[in-house]
Amino acid sequence: MGASEAVTDPSSLYQTDYMANDYDYDTDVVHTVRNALASVQNGESDNYDELVGVMHVKEFSNTDAVAQLASVLDALSGSVACIDIIHHRKILSAIFGMKLWDHGDVVMDALVGLIVSLAATSGKYLDSCLNMLVSNFLPPPSVIKRHSDTRVINKKREVLSRVHAALLKISVLVPLAPSRLLPMLAHKMPKIHKKDQSVVIYVENLLKLENSSIGQVGGSRILMMVMERLRDLDLEIGWDDIPQDDSSRGMFDMELEDPVEGIMDEGDELPVGSLKEDTSGENIVSELLDKLMVTSFDHLESCQNAGRLDQVFENLFESFENYILNTYKSKFTQFLMFHACSLDPESCGVKFASKLMDIFLSSNKPRATRMSAVAYLASYLARGKFLPVSVVASMLKRLVDECADYCRTCNDDIRPEAHRIFYSGCQAIMYVLCFRMRSILDVPRFRSQLIPLESILMHKLNPLMVCLPSIVAEFLRQAKAGGLFIVSDSFIFDDLLESELSRAFGGCERLDTFFPFDPILLKMSNSAISPNFNYWTMVRATYDEEDDDDDAEIIVNGDEESDEDNDGDLDYAMNKMSITPKHSFKNNMERDRLMKMPSRIRPSTSPESL
Amino acid sequence: MEGLKLSDAELMVYIHPSQSRNVYKAICRQLSSLLFQYDETFDGVLLAYDLTVGSKQAKILAGLAPYFGVRVNTKLLLFDPKPNSLVEGKILKVSLESIHVVVLGFSAAVITDVDIREEFKYRMKDGEGRFVSRSDKGHVLKGGTMLRLQVQSFDAEVMHIAGSLLAANTGCVKWLEKKNGEALHMDRDRKRRKLAYTQVGET
Repeated sequence: MGASEAVTDPSSLYQTDYMANDYDYDTDVVHTVRNALASVQNGESDNYDELVGVMHVKEFSNTDAVAQLASVLDALSGSVACIDIIHHRKILSAIFGMKLWDHGDVVMDALVGLIVSLAATSGKYLDSCLNMLVSNFLPPPSVIKRHSDTRVINKKREVLSRVHAALLKISVLVPLAPSRLLPMLAHKMPKIHKKDQSVVIYVENLLKLENSSIGQVGGSRILMMVMERLRDLDLEIGWDDIPQDDSSRGMFDMELEDPVEGIMDEGDELPVGSLKEDTSGENIVSELLDKLMVTSFDHLESCQNAGRLDQVFENLFESFENYILNTYKSKFTQFLMFHACSLDPESCGVKFASKLMDIFLSSNKPRATRMSAVAYLASYLARGKFLPVSVVASMLKRLVDECADYCRTCNDDIRPEAHRIFYSGCQAIMYVLCFRMRSILDVPRFRSQLIPLESILMHKLNPLMVCLPSIVAEFLRQAKAGGLFIVSDSFIFDDLLESELSRAFGGCERLDTFFPFDPILLKMSNSAISPNFNYWTMVRATYDEEDDDDDAEIIVNGDEESDEDNDGDLDYAMNKMSITPKHSFKNNMERDRLMKMPSRIRPSTSPESL
Repeated sequence: MEGLKLSDAELMVYIHPSQSRNVYKAICRQLSSLLFQYDETFDGVLLAYDLTVGSKQAKILAGLAPYFGVRVNTKLLLFDPKPNSLVEGKILKVSLESIHVVVLGFSAAVITDVDIREEFKYRMKDGEGRFVSRSDKGHVLKGGTMLRLQVQSFDAEVMHIAGSLLAANTGCVKWLEKKNGEALHMDRDRKRRKLAYTQVGET
């Protein structure tokens, strides 16, 4: 067929020769397309306009038009060198405006092939191609609403597999593409005020990129983006409903309720519907955060399966240090670290503790950062069920030695504000021992490492008076029962959570009541965390008598299930605490209340709003 | 390979006071931020640097933050492929319309079909595309081959080279070197033979 005939009636060409020899047909289409592109330079735009018209398919059910579109796209990818960025602006904007989600398999493959050709063949189109692919991370808004529909899930898999394959191909052919991609990823992230499923899909895509070869270049930046978004959502969940100063009102009861309410099953009896009305805005945010946390947990698990969790952990810790460590209002995001550590206790678990310890001991870091690091360390050592006692003991030894050194060399100022780091260190030691006293004292070597503790606590700086009263009371009770040492002065605090002195050392950030790994209140995240989490109810304190052990075994075995059975049944849970068959504790209500560990002030995602 | 040059440069690097604890590290960080970017002053893409601190004295700038300027003597490795220069790279992908090459591991180069000389014909073998020379079947351009190409243009922003294989001294590097070697060898042989004949002729 002569070139001139093809040009005058391109549409007939496609239809009559559609079933003909594929190779000849393709070259004909290529010639037609190349001629149409070239004709623009000569001032004749009819064929070119027709070409552009083919790109804008209106009815997707018109199979001929769709087939025509696919063949034109294929022809274009073979003629990339003929495309000029200025003269062919219309067709380029048509290409970059196309959404993979609107099209079927054949057109998707052709379009993706064209994008890869364009990106690889000329540097001028690289940015637009990458932009187009990133904007295909998210389906159109109408599809997002039906995100749990099976057809949508299948379509999502088809589109995203092609998008990611294209990004990888481009990054092979153009080695510097990943560094140009990263700013685009940040730019195109759904804005914080959009509270629909789109941010979850986008983060899934980001994490998938992190897992790929592009992650080798940009993995740390991607994790920072994700961590930042998690933190921003976390901070939106407020504490408004809880009266902050009511220290006598059941602050101690919170810990008891937390594991119970957090692990609510699907078939739960609580009237969830009515509860939602109160704080519906924040409910959306907490659900969104929950989904994002679970997505991130899944990603960490896949990193562990691929054997790269160690390397990812370094980047993860960097993001944690930048975004979370100094954000005292962060409630749940830190559990990302907890989960990563639980997946690989020997390596990541130990690394996390040592890095926190290094921050605490480093005199270069700001004071608030050091105090926050030791609070994280204490909460982590107490709550990490997967941590071997030896790790806890070695960390405790370092803390004890550091505090002992400080006692020897400190100045004479007796104001709590002057020794804040020291007090936070002491409080950390006491907090960890409240959870781990029995297991530490059981091993003579670890027990002997705690000997300097007595002199620290008896020092003129008087940490027992300054640190949080509830913790001090519980610690002393356990220390006495365990035979660690006996404190001659009696410390009766009337179950105060906090005192003037603790507030003084805690400062305006309230680092004296900072327990970052207190039970997580997001439903789905909690189910992921709870198998590795040390609830206070599960802790065997030193004053629990010997013959309780049998009962303790029965109750504590297979604990998560038994916890879940106790939805909202406080009395049963209370009974679980007092595990002696003779119920000797039950009579002493005062003692029961003191036995419970203080939690942070509960956020509004409490049973009332969950 | 042309396009690489080594330059000596005397630079003044301004360091923020917070970095004064480890000045060498701060200087390295400043210079590293220029890596793999085209710089007009250097006239090329900075690939690597080697530095020595000129003097321990540094001038403090007046201003909000008292930056101080350290004199540094550097050796810079720059990549600056001028048009019509020759560069070498590894072929990543061969298709009917183009050959995709990566130069020095970071720069993407593309040779489109119009810039491949007539001598080369496209063939498919084992599902992979390749270009084979019509005159010498041994001269093959396929995935993994080291290719010498001529630079037509260089887009500094994305480090993209538009190349061509029109010139006769372009093609597979191994094949070209072999040909050169043979040519030299033949030259030597021819000279020797000529000498021998003239000697014979004289006797």
